[in-house]
Amino acid sequence: MSELPVQRPSLIQRILPHPALSAMLVVVWMLLLNDLSWGGLLLAVIFAVIIPLITSRFWPGNPRMRFGPPLWGYVTIVLWDIVIANFQVAWIILFRRNRDLRSSWLVIPTDLRSPEAITALAATISLTPGTVSTDISADGRALLVHILDTDNPDAEIARIKSRYEARLLRIFP
Amino acid sequence: MLEIIVEYVIVLLLVVGGGFLLVGSWGLARLPSLMTRLHGPTKATTLGVGACLIASMIFFPAMEGTYSAHELLIALFLFLTAPITANMIAKSHLHRQGRNIDPNPADDIREGLPQPSGGKGWATFDDSATLDQKVVSPVDQP
Repeated sequence: MSELPVQRPSLIQRILPHPALSAMLVVVWMLLLNDLSWGGLLLAVIFAVIIPLITSRFWPGNPRMRFGPPLWGYVTIVLWDIVIANFQVAWIILFRRNRDLRSSWLVIPTDLRSPEAITALAATISLTPGTVSTDISADGRALLVHILDTDNPDAEIARIKSRYEARLLRIFP
Repeated sequence: MLEIIVEYVIVLLLVVGGGFLLVGSWGLARLPSLMTRLHGPTKATTLGVGACLIASMIFFPAMEGTYSAHELLIALFLFLTAPITANMIAKSHLHRQGRNIDPNPADDIREGLPQPSGGKGWATFDDSATLDQKVVSPVDQP
């Protein structure tokens, strides 16, 4: 899969610049139709070819991604953490007085380099316990995160790095 | 008998989902500052909507005998859009605070914002913001 920058893309790469995006479009279109028919599938395939071609300038990089067990493990962990996060945040909202809230800012240095991987990490942080990702540093090497309630910011940074970032590094090698 | 159990499960999911939605909205009203208020809608409501969607996914096959995949799509789009919305609100808030347009001391933005190591500031304030050139591979030009 290693491609040199000077190498011209093959025919299949020119027709399908982003195979994963095309597959996703087919699945989403079929789910939207809510009906398995050949006509729907034909239209889905047409969209799956045309939309990535039209929008390919917005996706300059072609991120390498592994769609294997690490991805499924990651999705499972994030879904579970979302459920836990809901209970924690609901508890804080209901029973914590405002003056006892220890909210603060975290700086999370990240080793992820591709924009897609950083986006995935930021979205995960926003969806999981008590944290919202706010900004990225200008050189793309750190995330600014707001945390609702913490007594040990360094432990939170370590938790995010070990729980999410380490897994994302395996998915986006 | 089975129908009654299914009905109880659906009712339980709806009540739990509605409860979480209510708590999320209550958080939006009572938390002290914009950044803390963001935590309510991004999290407490995802489980609320999720529980309602699961209830719907049980109700239609079990009671009406029809199948629908739209609940999965609603969940997918919700998970895709909620973090982006929160990020947009947070960034515009940072911008207004940092440029002193609308000072509001509750979030410690002007005094307490930590700086990243590496010399450059946060992308909202640093005009030299550029992506690391290495990660952008050449566009596949014909």
